[in-house]
Amino acid sequence: MEIDPFIFRLSIFILSIFIGYYVVWSVTPSLHTPLMSVTNAISSVIIVGAIIAALAGNSEIIFNKANIFGYLAIVLAAINIFGGFLVTQRMLAMYKKKRKDK
Amino acid sequence: MSANLLAVFYLISGILFILALRGLSSPETSRKGNLFGIIGMAIAIGVTFLSVGNFSSGFLYVLIFILVGGSIGSIIAFKIPMTAMPELVAGFHSLVGLAAVFVAISAYLNPEVFNIGSTGNIKIASLIEMSLGAAIGAITFTGSIIAFLKLRGIMSGSPITFLGQHFLNLALGIILIGLIYYLCKTQINTWFWTLILVSFAVGVLLIIPIGGADMPVVISMLNSYSGWAAAGIGFTLENTALIITGALVGSSGAILSYIMCKGMNRSFFNVILGGFGATDQSSSEKGKEQKPVKNGNADDAAFLMKNASSVIIVPGYGMAVAQAQHALREMVDALKKNGVKVSYAIHPVAGRMPGHMNVLLAEANVPYDEVFELEEINNDFANCDVAYVIGANDVTNPVAKSDPQSPIYGMPILDVEKSKSVLFVKRSLSPGYAGIDNDLFYRDNTLMLFADAKKMTEDIIKSL
Repeated sequence: MEIDPFIFRLSIFILSIFIGYYVVWSVTPSLHTPLMSVTNAISSVIIVGAIIAALAGNSEIIFNKANIFGYLAIVLAAINIFGGFLVTQRMLAMYKKKRKDK
Repeated sequence: MSANLLAVFYLISGILFILALRGLSSPETSRKGNLFGIIGMAIAIGVTFLSVGNFSSGFLYVLIFILVGGSIGSIIAFKIPMTAMPELVAGFHSLVGLAAVFVAISAYLNPEVFNIGSTGNIKIASLIEMSLGAAIGAITFTGSIIAFLKLRGIMSGSPITFLGQHFLNLALGIILIGLIYYLCKTQINTWFWTLILVSFAVGVLLIIPIGGADMPVVISMLNSYSGWAAAGIGFTLENTALIITGALVGSSGAILSYIMCKGMNRSFFNVILGGFGATDQSSSEKGKEQKPVKNGNADDAAFLMKNASSVIIVPGYGMAVAQAQHALREMVDALKKNGVKVSYAIHPVAGRMPGHMNVLLAEANVPYDEVFELEEINNDFANCDVAYVIGANDVTNPVAKSDPQSPIYGMPILDVEKSKSVLFVKRSLSPGYAGIDNDLFYRDNTLMLFADAKKMTEDIIKSL
């Protein structure tokens, strides 16, 4: 009897929820805002779906009914990826320890 | 590129995303974590290009679109003031939601490309995953827009409630399930479009009854939704990176919502059903009586703090509104020169999003090892000479411990009243968000400083 590939994906999904659970509980509360902005950035990995939607299929017509949504999603996801990672970087750069010489 | 190799690369970027979150366990490792996240994203995008293998003119357009979006994102990231971070995060959530909807639409219109069947004959499992992704994405999109408008002040932060609201939401929820069922059965386009439109409506209806100070829960919840939407799409696209990320983000948002609800001692459903603040205001009105308060000025405050040996600062949303964090740090510097020991106490729900106060203090160059969470510092109030409450209110109200009738009874609060004296910076005696009078105002050891948070702090610096 063969196992449906869906079951494999479901296993990955459920195990990832557990990983997420333990990893996020260990995030220090003072970094909860950067946590939100970085999760925002990484959830924009949905851009891979958008790229496939935009590029695959018939390449003669560049913008058609089906792939125009792919292109739109690319723009939205790109805003999020760049904006999310950069703003996280900017915030994290501000967290400093007490300086000894002061 | 073979499908197996592709899957391995997606797995690697998924692992890098896990490491990105893992890095946030301490500020020292966090910057490296963010770098892992960026590498993970670059790998995911790079291998997707290679796997599609279409480097025609379409590829060029994709690059242009990424650049356009990337430049907009970068400009926003560099320009945004730190006080506007809650709105920014809400805005970003809405984009993830809408992107999920768009990807679901293109998968629905062009299923051959994603190997999930042909138009009008899409695999049932894929169709369910896709509909869930689209519905959750659409709810995230409009919900986040409402949250954004409320946080930005374009829309009033007070809850909007009407008769039969919960009934309507329940009905719409049932309709959504019905639409997904009929979509799978008949594969008629109308059902798909209706599903998205109804989800848009649900997103709006879900967030309008929730008031301003409950926004930390809302933002966390929408964060979670954007993750589940991504995971739904990940199943449709059979993409490991997307499934892992969706699960991570989904559980991250859920945990943050839980922490926020706990910080207010309210159940998640109580927050979601909304209307808090609107109903309680009237009940507090009638029991109100004139009680004497001690009124002080900047000189009194400066004198008290200068002669103290330890001071604890309690910031709240009012500090963010007045942009007082820089002035506050200058005041603390002046106090430190006088040999006063200063620390900061942060309540879990201070501000409008998780960790909001910490970011603002970090922006003002406050070292993070002087900033403490509620559990870490609450016992220190008893030994502290002065508590300086700036822009916080409900989170310091001792009523939460003493009066079981109070709507905030049981909420963990900062034990500010235990310190020898309390300086309370506030514009007026008006009750806070929960609509209840703060007992602290009328205590003997409390000195009220009626002024704008920033102006008062600056005046104190002058007299120090």
